[in-house]
Amino acid sequence: MNRFDYVRPASIAEAIAAAAEPGSAYLASGTNLLDLMKGNVVRPARLVDLNHLPGLDGIELLPDGGARIGARVRNADLAYHPEFSRRFPAVAEALLSGASAQLRNAATVGGNLLQRTCCAYFYDPASACNKRDPGAGCDARGGENRLHAVLGWSERCIATHPSDFCVPLAAFGAVVEIEGQFGRREVPLEEFHLLPGETPERESVLAPGELVVALRLPAEAAGFAAHARYVKLRERTSYAFAVVSAAAGLRLENGVIAEARLALGGVAAKPWRARAAEAALAGARPDAASFRRAAEAALAEAAPSGDNAFKIELARRVAARALLLAAAGTPERLPALPASAFAPVPGASLHG
Amino acid sequence: MAETASATHVRHGSSIGQPLTRRDGVLKVTGQARYAADNHPPGMLHAALAVSSIARGRVTALDIAAARAHPGVVEVMTPANRPPLALDPDAKTGPFVFRMEVLQDDRVRYAGQPIAVVIAETLEAATEGAALLAPRYAAEPVEAGLDAADVFVPEMVGPGAPAREGYGDVEAGLAAAARRVEAVYETPAQYHNAMEPHAVVAAWEGDRLTLDTPSQGLAWAQDRIAGLFGLPPENIHIRSPFLGGGFGSKGVISGPQVLGILAARLVGRPVKLVLRREQMYGPVGHRAPTRQRLRIGAGEDGGLTALDHQVRTATSRFDDFIEPAGSVSHTLYAAPAIAIGYDAVRLDTGTPLFMRAPGEASGSIALESAIDEMALACGMDPLEFRLRNYAEVEPISGKPFSSKALRDCYAQGAARFGWAGRPLQPRQMRDENGLLVGWGMGTATFPALMFHGQARAVLRRDGTGLAELGAQDMGQGAWTALAQLAADSMGLELDQLEFRAGDSRLPDAGIAGGSAHTATAGAALHNAGAEVIARLAELAMADRRSPLFGAGNAGVVARGGSLLRRDDESRGESYGEILARAGLEEIEGRGSGAMDPAVQEHYATHAHGAVFAEVKVDPELGQIRATRLVGAFAAGRIVNPRLVRSQYYGGMIWGVSFALHEQAVMDKRTGRVMNANLGEYHVPVNADVPSLEAILVDEVDPHVNPLGIKGVGEIGITGTAGAVANAVWHATGVRVRRFPIALEELALAGAE
Ligand SMILES: Cc1cc2nc3c(=O)[nH]c(=O)nc-3n(C[C@H](O)[C@H](O)[C@H](O)COP(=O)(O)OP(=O)(O)OC[C@H]3O[C@@H](n4cnc5c(N)ncnc54)[C@H](O)[C@@H]3O)c2cc1C
Ligand code: SF4
Repeated sequence: MNRFDYVRPASIAEAIAAAAEPGSAYLASGTNLLDLMKGNVVRPARLVDLNHLPGLDGIELLPDGGARIGARVRNADLAYHPEFSRRFPAVAEALLSGASAQLRNAATVGGNLLQRTCCAYFYDPASACNKRDPGAGCDARGGENRLHAVLGWSERCIATHPSDFCVPLAAFGAVVEIEGQFGRREVPLEEFHLLPGETPERESVLAPGELVVALRLPAEAAGFAAHARYVKLRERTSYAFAVVSAAAGLRLENGVIAEARLALGGVAAKPWRARAAEAALAGARPDAASFRRAAEAALAEAAPSGDNAFKIELARRVAARALLLAAAGTPERLPALPASAFAPVPGASLHG
Repeated sequence: MAETASATHVRHGSSIGQPLTRRDGVLKVTGQARYAADNHPPGMLHAALAVSSIARGRVTALDIAAARAHPGVVEVMTPANRPPLALDPDAKTGPFVFRMEVLQDDRVRYAGQPIAVVIAETLEAATEGAALLAPRYAAEPVEAGLDAADVFVPEMVGPGAPAREGYGDVEAGLAAAARRVEAVYETPAQYHNAMEPHAVVAAWEGDRLTLDTPSQGLAWAQDRIAGLFGLPPENIHIRSPFLGGGFGSKGVISGPQVLGILAARLVGRPVKLVLRREQMYGPVGHRAPTRQRLRIGAGEDGGLTALDHQVRTATSRFDDFIEPAGSVSHTLYAAPAIAIGYDAVRLDTGTPLFMRAPGEASGSIALESAIDEMALACGMDPLEFRLRNYAEVEPISGKPFSSKALRDCYAQGAARFGWAGRPLQPRQMRDENGLLVGWGMGTATFPALMFHGQARAVLRRDGTGLAELGAQDMGQGAWTALAQLAADSMGLELDQLEFRAGDSRLPDAGIAGGSAHTATAGAALHNAGAEVIARLAELAMADRRSPLFGAGNAGVVARGGSLLRRDDESRGESYGEILARAGLEEIEGRGSGAMDPAVQEHYATHAHGAVFAEVKVDPELGQIRATRLVGAFAAGRIVNPRLVRSQYYGGMIWGVSFALHEQAVMDKRTGRVMNANLGEYHVPVNADVPSLEAILVDEVDPHVNPLGIKGVGEIGITGTAGAVANAVWHATGVRVRRFPIALEELALAGAE
């Protein structure tokens, strides 16, 4: 780890001013950032510590049915907030399916949004990586890329964004509140992360020094509470990044789907909102055939980026599963194994 | 899980057989147990390794100036200034002496090889100094993977078994068979990944060296280091009370430990060197990958006609350790013809090493899968098929077993699991959520070995005793089990016994490996206790003032700190009284433990077990979970059922890991392990093993050694890995022969 300056700002304005200097990085809980620093993957010259800033750690339930969450709220605190998880059960389920209890107790909302990819070549300073070192090349191409992207990737970079939390946030239209040197702005979460294109080193819309201060879930998102689920396919029962995942929400009226939401995780450099699938579901009956059609639509543009063609079909199945579970209804209590294939299925059996 | 009182588990004296909790448990949960890296002698510096990012070639440049210029850096050790060694680290002076990379030259043999050591006032400065070295290389093409070009037949495998073994005519047996199974199974490279990384705190005083470092064999380590530095072994003082796991990787002193010692030599101050997690994937050994081709023949009656087990494995380009994956086929199933053979390739990796159940683990998953395939081919229940081919004598040697309660293991395990009524065909069972359910089984086996060990026992005038030997506690509870054995051998209650261990100045307890430690060190303690009691009894019986005077022929019994006349237990006196009258402060006895060659000549000595597994598989997504495991194991006398059960649990979890989780993902282009961290090198988490049960099956072994003890540390992996793999097949109908089983192979089988 390099030597770095440590700044503990007293206000948001001070934080932004400090972080606008080149080579700065915000430090939230450091569960991702410090790992990267210890591995010499990132070498910031100064850390701007967010942990003592006032006003970033509230969970406000808005009277209109929405919610506003401070950037420093811990993942576990948010997931276990009773009213929040009642309004946004798929968000809570996604949070609780991520990482481990210890990490969730530390990790923050802002840090989760801005966590870096889990691409092993990115983590390894001896490998060529365009994200770490623009123009260096991409050793994941032709390498160990079983879990890399199948949507939205480019020749330059095939990495995925590993967050679970962000998947339902994308599905349910969350908005990111940002403050910077030139004031405040809001960006829909769906547009917050960038696809790699020619510049995989640019991962989000944040300009230098810009700070995520809060996240908002709109009132309409709570309208899916009765039919909202997250499903995460993993290589062990817990404590693993998603192979693929999906968040789904349905608004059912008179036995048909009035409105559907679907987003996929682990497939692209951003949480992947599947708008074509949502459109295909509007007005459809909530049955396996509709869900399979929607899943096909969601992956219509998918292409393997390496030894990962299997992810495309598995992503379809996970998407269809999330929709099916959503249709069956949000369970009264979150299952002990959130988002797991091994969680009990409410109502009936899934498989014939 | 209630304790069952039974012949082998009753108290001998008062301690053996008791399910005591660990003596060191409170120290560990309160953080007071001192591991090697917890030591900070005055003036100590920190060392960090710089390791190679290429797998083959030469180091052409290091920016030593940049590292030296970093504040806090004291010295940079490279081949140019590394203190000399008395012995070439590449000299092969014995089969268990492995070559090590200790900066002898600029060659790179594998990715992760140490290429320099930076020594600094703080760990942070040392680590950053290592990063600033920015090595440059002349890289050469890398050989990775089992298809490498240069294939050879090794001279020996594992600790010394031949590379070709067998009897009978396998080809004829196969030709005559009514059913044949031929299949190839692949197991990946795995890394030990003990929680405690290899660490060393080295302090020189002239030509005397004090070391805090974890070691599974203190005397070996002492000899190896003495040889490298040209010093008498007694000049090397090693303290190794606790290991945060070893699993074989701390069986021999590794290069990084020697580098820590060299660094201390170079700077003339104590130095601490602790490996980073990713540095554990190179210089400290691993389990080599295997590709195993099994051919099995069976007659109409389900009796085996031939078993052919051919292993391809890998070793490093510069040294040999051949994973003895065929060894399970020696022992488990009776067949008129058995052939076992090996070949190997040389790869640009660190040298493989023993890793928990070396050979048995990799071989067991292949053999148990193939046996399962054959049972199906014969239309027989897998348990019935195994019983049909039960080995009454050890197949490879024809020797009788010293004991073998495997039939009881099968019966008790099957009953507890509820095996009866299992459908023969796969994909027949679902749970209430529609998940596929499968049941599988496997036979567990591990040899009962003994090495050489010594111990000393002392009785003191104040009525207490001392037992001591150079054994360490690897986390398995050795200090507790060994103290139980010692207390009983000395006729003392456990709380009257001081137990000292973990120091090279104590008698050599041999190596804690091969599941042989309790038997070996236990025998040494037992004999030391017997000797001190005999000496005390002599004193008393020769003393007219003692109530034991003249007990001679009838003899005495030692119990509760007193000697009693065997013919009249109302007559006796305490150890303290005897010593006081003799004017002695204490009296000592010494003992050693080793396998009796006559036993080895006449008997095959193995522990056995049967493992039954239930898995659930999502039919569309392929995700797998081992929902229920029952193992029943017979391993002779059980010294401490609580600790033994923990060993079985640990082994069984490792078996789940083997079948479903664990693998080093190597980039074949570079020979680098890409998941060298515990986040991505998957092992089971709690949620992966929701239900585990281990049954301790009674077994009295009158032959294996005087205490009747077999080992329990490794057997749990064997049997389990295959049982889980077989259960996955039974759930899905898909036979995956490459481990760990990948979910997409189940989800997409038959698709496209
Ligand atoms: C072993 C392991 C397993 C994991 N598994 C999962 C998983 O299964 N699913 C999952 O979703 N995640 C997983 N994670 C990732 C985990 O969720 C993130 O590490 C965590 O959310 C980061 O939060 P933090 O507060 O520690 O952020 P930090 O590490 O402090 O920061 C992360 C990044 O965000 C930036 N940042 C932080 N806050 C702000 C802000 N307010 N404004 C602007 N920039 C900011 C930092 O500068 C830094 O670049 C795993 C992590 C580990 C180590
Ligand atoms: S996939 Fe992206 S992050 Fe991974 S090595 Fe390539 S450029 Fe770097």
